[in-house]
Amino acid sequence: MSVTAFLTDSTLCIGCKACEVACKEWNGIDDDGLHWSGFSYDNTGAVGASTWRHVKFVEQAPVPGFGGNAGEQTSWTFSSDVCKHCEEAGCLEVCPTGSIVRTEFGGVFIQPDICNGCGYCVTSCPFGVVERNPKDGRAFKCTFCYDRQKAGLQPACAKVCPTESIKFGEIEELRAEANHRLEELHRRGIDDANVYDPRDTSVGGTHAMFIVRGDPRSYNLPPAPEVPTVYQRKAWTSSAFAAALLLCGTLAAFISDGNRDHAKY
Amino acid sequence: MSDSLPVPNPTGKLSREDRLNEIRRQVEREGRLEIVGDRPAGAPFPQASAENGYYRIPLLKEAPWTWEIPLYFFVGGAAGAAAVIGAIANYTGADRELVRDARWIAAAGSVISPALLVSDLGRPERFLAMLRVFKPQSPMSVGVWTLVGFSTGAIATAFAGHLRDRYGPSLPLRVIENAGQAASLAFGLPFSNYTGVLIGATAVPVWNRNVENLPIHFGASGLGAAVGILELLGHRKSRALQALGLGAAIFETLEGARIESRDRAYLDPLKRGASGWITRTGGVLAGPIPTFLRVASLFASNKRSQHFRKWASWSAVVGSLVTRIAWVYAGRVSARDWKLPLERNLV
Repeated sequence: MSVTAFLTDSTLCIGCKACEVACKEWNGIDDDGLHWSGFSYDNTGAVGASTWRHVKFVEQAPVPGFGGNAGEQTSWTFSSDVCKHCEEAGCLEVCPTGSIVRTEFGGVFIQPDICNGCGYCVTSCPFGVVERNPKDGRAFKCTFCYDRQKAGLQPACAKVCPTESIKFGEIEELRAEANHRLEELHRRGIDDANVYDPRDTSVGGTHAMFIVRGDPRSYNLPPAPEVPTVYQRKAWTSSAFAAALLLCGTLAAFISDGNRDHAKY
Repeated sequence: MSDSLPVPNPTGKLSREDRLNEIRRQVEREGRLEIVGDRPAGAPFPQASAENGYYRIPLLKEAPWTWEIPLYFFVGGAAGAAAVIGAIANYTGADRELVRDARWIAAAGSVISPALLVSDLGRPERFLAMLRVFKPQSPMSVGVWTLVGFSTGAIATAFAGHLRDRYGPSLPLRVIENAGQAASLAFGLPFSNYTGVLIGATAVPVWNRNVENLPIHFGASGLGAAVGILELLGHRKSRALQALGLGAAIFETLEGARIESRDRAYLDPLKRGASGWITRTGGVLAGPIPTFLRVASLFASNKRSQHFRKWASWSAVVGSLVTRIAWVYAGRVSARDWKLPLERNLV
């Protein structure tokens, strides 16, 4: 089976949220509750345990022509966010139960029958995707529609997207398509379009690429995501140093302590 | 009919269109809306931008851990250090009572630690899933297996020692006791500080940017707590414990000074707001206070010396617990930081 990916093109997204609905429908996810964010029309905020696809409503300072709006209006772009399915996935690396695995399609999948809800993956995701469901107790995120892909179908969100903003396919083909689309956008004068696929970081690229306009940070896409395993060398070195210090310190303290009870316990 | 509908208009004079224009004028004039009853919370709203990220919505998720985890960090740290003290004290032929009490502290920690960890799980009944794999690349997996080895060793040592005291020595008991002691020493050394690795190697800024210090800091905190508990159990004449307690307290003082003296945005959760004050409280209790009291006890009469050491111990034990709470809390605050995770040059 081929290695697959998403390419989410924000220049085509119309913010209809059909992907969110299709995802919830297919995967039977809880509702998010009715909470008003108080800013923008996005009242969901971010991906989480009950939101595996999330449409961001990126309202920016007025730039004439940006997003096709008149100069005095707020600029609007939309982008459907999802688990990035990293090549070096923090959640997968640190999962102590082996519940999180890499599928034959290249996606990162939490096996719900094994997860015991330790929550360590939550702290290890540099994109803030994984979340523990407080009611259920286990961690949840996008499954990359592993069940649908197994059956030869494309993920529900890509299937339902009415503008083909969410593209699904073989990863290298999509990378080529992303570059092709970028050239086309630049040719049309949309110079600020760029592809978000952090391959030069320790994350090593993702199975969910994005075409965004302007700075990826306004989409909450970190410019330098790091898989937390990169900190482990320093951490274990420090741990070994601390252990050696404790051993030597305790030995020195007790050997130099003259007040001994020579009847060995 | 429509005239009788209530109009959301606190002045009661303006027509709706005029009211809207008044709001628009004020926004234009002041950049924000302050008319009573109309100002939505948080206005003016952040816009999505390179500086603000996505409406300043935090990128990262907070650790879902509950109160059990900081308590476990405290109990595990103290138990690990106590096992090391017990084993070394025994090997060097120190006071038998001290060895026995250190072993019981380690054994008690070995029972309490797994209970706390299981209780924190989202699905406690599945705790055994932790033992179906061993992953060296996962600090939690390494920690769980260290805990298994440590608990087995520490509990076996304490009980074998107890049975030997009660029913006299025998070969099987001696084998269990010595093997358990060796295991609790070998596993106790990493067990006393690995929790620093556990939170250090995460995506949370305040944790991963202190990754080089956290294991040593947590190790010293555990040692201070273990020495403190032993002294509170009555071992206030041991010069070895005095030296270890003083060493741990001095290290914690330096760690506090390191945090306070550096002006870095990622250290803010350790210095500002509620989490900052909890960190300071823990730091002062674990560092300067026991350092001062222990130094004072060196120059005091025997009775006063023990008195000073008792209070130094209380301070160090409480300080160790508060320090663990502070770090977990600071991690939650740090995960809410919308700015730092969007910066470059993380490593």
